[in-house]
Amino acid sequence: MTSDNNSISRKTKLEDKDYKWGFTTDVETEVVPKGLSEEIINIISSKKSEPKWLLDWRLKAYKHWLAQDKKEGEPEWAMVDYPDINYQDIHYYAAPNLSDAPKSLEDVDPEMLEAFEKLGIPLEERAQLAGVAVDAVFDSVSVATTYEKQLKELGIIFCSFSEAVKNHPDLIEKYLGSVVPYSDNYFANLNSAVFSDGSFIYVPPGVRCPIELMTYFRINTADTGQFERTLIVADKDSYVSYLEGCTAPIRKSSQLHAAVVELVALENAEIKYSTLQNWYPGTKEGVGGVYNFVTKRGKCLGKGSKISWTQVETGSAITWKYPSVILQGDDSVGEFYSVALTNNRQQADTGTKMIHIGKNTRSNIVAKGISAGEGNNTYRGQVKVLPSAENAQNFTQCDSLLIGDKCGAHTVPYIEVKNPSAKLEHEASTSKVSDDQLFYLMQRGLDEEEAHHMIITGWSKEVFKELPFEFAVEAGQLLKVSLEGAVG
Amino acid sequence: MDNKILEIKNLKALVSETGEEILSGIDLEIGDGETHVIMGPNGGGKSTLVNVIAGRDSYEVSSGSIKFKSKNLLNMNIDERSREGIFLAFQYPSEIPGVRPWQFMKAAVDAKRKANGDPELSVREFSKIYDDNLKKININSDLMKRSLNEGFSGGEKKRNEVFQMMMLEPNLALLDETDSGLDVDALKAVGDAVNNLRDSKRSFLIVTHYQRLLDHIKPDFVHILINGKIAESGNSDLVKKIENDGYESFA
Ligand SMILES: Nc1ncnc2c1ncn2[C@@H]1O[C@H](COP(=O)(O)OP(=O)(O)OP(=O)(O)O)[C@@H](O)[C@H]1O
Ligand SMILES: [Mg+2]
Repeated sequence: MTSDNNSISRKTKLEDKDYKWGFTTDVETEVVPKGLSEEIINIISSKKSEPKWLLDWRLKAYKHWLAQDKKEGEPEWAMVDYPDINYQDIHYYAAPNLSDAPKSLEDVDPEMLEAFEKLGIPLEERAQLAGVAVDAVFDSVSVATTYEKQLKELGIIFCSFSEAVKNHPDLIEKYLGSVVPYSDNYFANLNSAVFSDGSFIYVPPGVRCPIELMTYFRINTADTGQFERTLIVADKDSYVSYLEGCTAPIRKSSQLHAAVVELVALENAEIKYSTLQNWYPGTKEGVGGVYNFVTKRGKCLGKGSKISWTQVETGSAITWKYPSVILQGDDSVGEFYSVALTNNRQQADTGTKMIHIGKNTRSNIVAKGISAGEGNNTYRGQVKVLPSAENAQNFTQCDSLLIGDKCGAHTVPYIEVKNPSAKLEHEASTSKVSDDQLFYLMQRGLDEEEAHHMIITGWSKEVFKELPFEFAVEAGQLLKVSLEGAVG
Repeated sequence: MDNKILEIKNLKALVSETGEEILSGIDLEIGDGETHVIMGPNGGGKSTLVNVIAGRDSYEVSSGSIKFKSKNLLNMNIDERSREGIFLAFQYPSEIPGVRPWQFMKAAVDAKRKANGDPELSVREFSKIYDDNLKKININSDLMKRSLNEGFSGGEKKRNEVFQMMMLEPNLALLDETDSGLDVDALKAVGDAVNNLRDSKRSFLIVTHYQRLLDHIKPDFVHILINGKIAESGNSDLVKKIENDGYESFA
């Protein structure tokens, strides 16, 4: 029809706007030579003035990693393809060149602040207005932390991982590796040996953290593998909500990101962990882009505890990620809400694991996958009910939405039940954005892109409503930006 | 002056997928402020005609022309036509999961205002107009807390279409069997809504099967569409003829 001309010109226009967050900053960076060896690990550990036990732990992890066969260790079973990773061709440590850690925002390198501005994170204003404390991770070292004082009064510890190693070594020694052991999987293993920095949170008994805690990760130095390490411990009867948001600038060669996140919830504690992931997905042809191989796991250690993962994933060339919950305490609850979008040549293999150990444990999974272009989206979910888990319950819902006819969606549930009292329910659906729906919205004056966007965010609502409000708005924007060029 | 808001000349349209011709040479002119009614047997092409006017691309215009406010409508996208002032009340409105009617209408009203160079309405300004119109058409505001059209009854969907028309204040409203499936109160509410909107700047093209709608809305012209062609045009008297003799006498 005659409208074809219009949609073509709109499409060209959209392509100019591709990845608007593609820029790099020229902050001087202190880089350790490429490659991985005991020596490099010694350097990393000593640069951070770590205690001996931690260096030993790193070295133990390194030896275990070395002993693994690379081909067996990497997750070949996942439905993702990527070129061979040369682990000797990666910088394992990069720190912004600041002789002293900044004491306040005034001490922060202006260029670095500008980079945050471009990302839409004006630390000094928006974050405070929104009541958000930001522990901003620039490459590998935390550069600024706000709200620290207010949190201190409540006894909440929110700091960089390195600071926590210095100031709260007992907590770190007690919980590091208690949820994800160093030997867990190839990438978690590598992380344990070389992790750079990340966030640490401890919420004392009976304290409800009054603000959303938040970290922005940003991969900046060329070819710097990012090995973040995050640990959150919620003590008895406490509550904390944590937001993690990411964007990365355009880089030519692919970048490896192998983070580890451990959550520990003690009796009646609740941890809500929300992620917005928007790393560089590579060009339309599939060149470049971030490899996101991350291990996220929570342990409901105490009776009646609860851990929720909520994630909106739009970025990275390859995502391999299964936020999980070990339901050890009786009556504990694990939740997983996810929207994963793949466009062009992006590949995502994500899902969750719920491991029921305690009695009356419940888990709830809502996984939504949106595939556009030639994107490939796989949901892989495991629900495991151990013999001890009397009366365990799981509800799983997997929905796929296809945009166009070159994309794919796959659902792979693994279910293992060793206690007959378990109740498991599984629902799955695959749908397409219908022409009728599009016509309806466009007849009311919305352009094609906006109409798609409205249908898709509506479809994702069950997950979005789990996000804190400002984050939900941002998540909607992210979906919009990520789908540009996919419709029309 | 006698201005035509819509001028259709020798319009032929096919189903894009199959090439099957549905509209076989339609001529129709609607003047500013006029109300036209189209009647005709099932499958005659009434819905196709209003969908083609709205720009639905499952149909292809094979010949002829449509002008709206003297502009060539066939060069415009669906959404452009809408923002120019064309509104279609659907025979079967779509359900959009997760999308709130309020959010949808705000986006639609803002899109139109933006195209006209007007600033977006503030939430407060918009909400006032929204609530007023809901009251006028007598829609329970609890209904509007659901997803758009999801779980709405047939009549509720139709009322919601009329509500949207009131919100968007089009210059040409195409109502496709908006009166079907309505109870007597709803029928009156729809009739009132249309009559309230009738003025010298707004025209209506109303597709219906029932004379009873015409007890509420007095049309200026009535057309009979059979087999993709307008078989006869006239005034309200034509409706009586249909009631008495059926469509066969026109074929
Ligand atoms: N998208 C389509 N694909 C195939 N055939 C179609 C399509 N749209 C309409 N038709 C056919 O065109 C003819 C006219 O349909 P249309 O819906 O316009 O009739 P109508 O006059 O509105 O009928 P009704 O009074 O039943 O609503 C019918 O035979 C219908 O099956
Ligand atoms: Mg019809």
